Amino acid sequence: MSIENSDVLGHFGQYGGRFVPEALIGALNELEAAHIAAQSDPVFQAELAELHRTYTGRPSIITDAKRFSEYAGGARILLKREDLNHTGSHKINNVLGQALLTKKMGKKRIIAETGAGQHGVASATAAALMGLECVVYMGEEDTRRQALNVARMKLLGAEVIPVTSGSRTLKDAINEAMRDWVTNVENTHYLLGTVAGPHPFPTMVRDFHKIIGEEARAQVLALTGKLPDAVLACVGGGSNAIGIFHEFIPDADVRLIGLEAGGDGVETGRHAATITGGTPGVLHGTRSYVLQDENGQTIESHSISAGLDYPGVGPEHAYLHDIGRAEYRAINDDAAMNAFALLCKSEGIIPAIESAHALAGAILVGQELGPQATLLINLSGRGDKDVQTASEYFGIPL
Amino acid sequence: MSTPLELLFEKVKSKNRAALIAYIPAGFPTQAGCAKVIRALAEAGVDAIEIGYPYSDPVMDGPTIQEAAEISLKGGTTAADVFAALKVASSTGVAAVVMTYWNPIEKYGVDSFAQSIFENGGSGVITPDLTIEESGRWLEATSKYAINPIYVVAPSTSDARLAEVTSKAGGFVYAASVMGVTGARANISVDASALVTRVRKVTHLPVSVGLGVSTRAQARDVAAYADGVIVGSAFIKLLLEAKSEQEGVEKISYLAKELALGVREGR
Repeated sequence: MSIENSDVLGHFGQYGGRFVPEALIGALNELEAAHIAAQSDPVFQAELAELHRTYTGRPSIITDAKRFSEYAGGARILLKREDLNHTGSHKINNVLGQALLTKKMGKKRIIAETGAGQHGVASATAAALMGLECVVYMGEEDTRRQALNVARMKLLGAEVIPVTSGSRTLKDAINEAMRDWVTNVENTHYLLGTVAGPHPFPTMVRDFHKIIGEEARAQVLALTGKLPDAVLACVGGGSNAIGIFHEFIPDADVRLIGLEAGGDGVETGRHAATITGGTPGVLHGTRSYVLQDENGQTIESHSISAGLDYPGVGPEHAYLHDIGRAEYRAINDDAAMNAFALLCKSEGIIPAIESAHALAGAILVGQELGPQATLLINLSGRGDKDVQTASEYFGIPL
Repeated sequence: MSTPLELLFEKVKSKNRAALIAYIPAGFPTQAGCAKVIRALAEAGVDAIEIGYPYSDPVMDGPTIQEAAEISLKGGTTAADVFAALKVASSTGVAAVVMTYWNPIEKYGVDSFAQSIFENGGSGVITPDLTIEESGRWLEATSKYAINPIYVVAPSTSDARLAEVTSKAGGFVYAASVMGVTGARANISVDASALVTRVRKVTHLPVSVGLGVSTRAQARDVAAYADGVIVGSAFIKLLLEAKSEQEGVEKISYLAKELALGVREGR
């Protein structure tokens, strides 16, 4: 298996590719060329590395979660602390890379979609840093639930447009961003926030996040003298998971485990576990697993975590699933919130609810493998944004 | 054997005019109402009808068609309803095609979808988000059932790519008049005629222009250089604004007659 996985048209096996209006082909080709050039351009790479060192705060550290370990069958739990990055999650890795590419392409305006607001905030941050105009599309429902992040984006100088079409959530924000892009493609870059969408997005966004796994693999080796038994990450669109998985793909003995949002339970139909509970199809420009009905209509997803609440998933994950290189499990809302509370109280770290799905996975896998095992968990984001949701869940009066 | 759509373009060419093509989503405003609209369009002089497959995530469509698709889906429209509407259209004697995003075709079964188009008298399918690179199975199926694979091209499409896309296409080439989504516009950009000129350099297929046409004057202007004039959102807007279905159908009929005059005044 090639470590790159994809062919020149951006296919991962039968997944990926491009399913977009012809109007976007030119822009996608331009972006692909810019990405390929940047990958082998030492000036670009140095510029990005310097930004990561002086702005993002990379490398992010590894924390040995010794007290949390007792809930995970005594397995050694190593947390990759992407929550400590500037803006509070892994999302900054990708937006800085794409914002630099935007400047290289001579475009002055970026648009982005956001669900919980993390990618929107990161995009607004990068736009402010680089002097770009920024418009963020956000489902009207989400602007209400995540009012604090809307305010953050506005403080950073971005325009936030509430989306009132369809289900008024993340998938409709993506639809609206694509409509904007079709109309304004000449001066605008669509700064897509996950490893989905038409080629080259799944490959390019992965390339900007693979630094997570590169750092973590070396850090775990330095700390423990061996590779971890398993690497775990939450999967919505799948960007933080691909970011930490990628470097480990050739390490056949290292299990790669993606944790999807099981919502009320996959069996209830109210979930966002796209690989576990979906079927192959096309959504937002790429072929992958999709939550859809028998007429090919997208089914609304459900999760307590806004960042995982998406009815699609990156095509590389679909491929890694089908070839058996990675495994995907669903974590219900309650299990995720239990892990959220345990990490708060055992380690003094408030995780993002997204990342809490990976922690719940670590509890399960740790109990299966026992105290000899070492598990590497991508702690993809911090939980400040989730204080209101968590307070409501645990009945803490605000 | 030629499809009704191919015969239509031969006919209008011999009469030195452009064809008038109308778009209506299946199940809109209701299943029964859609059938009435189709018959009214055909009686008013529309040459071809595109039946839209309402889809949950229509990224090429502006607010008007989005709203119609939502109403249709809330009414429970299925693939079977799309083919039923196609059959109503083809039974009136006009050329009938389906316009759909790709996922419903894949879900239905690529081969089966082409077969159902053929069996319901359809001439072809317009697939606005199917790129030529992803078209392998679809082109096999459309060839097997002798229906036209109709592709959309845009002002930003390069000449080389126009040649590539049109070499695989059938029926006609759908030229998007502007960079943007569907919806009525005050002005049809100069991009449209430039695009039609570029398309004609690489193919003998008829070229139809869509996105934004809503008036007799616009139809006349576009008919001066294109082989077909496509109107969608303007009809749907009338239905959305009408106080009753009957009123909507009457207004559609009036507009269709005006547009039919427009496409005959272009040359």
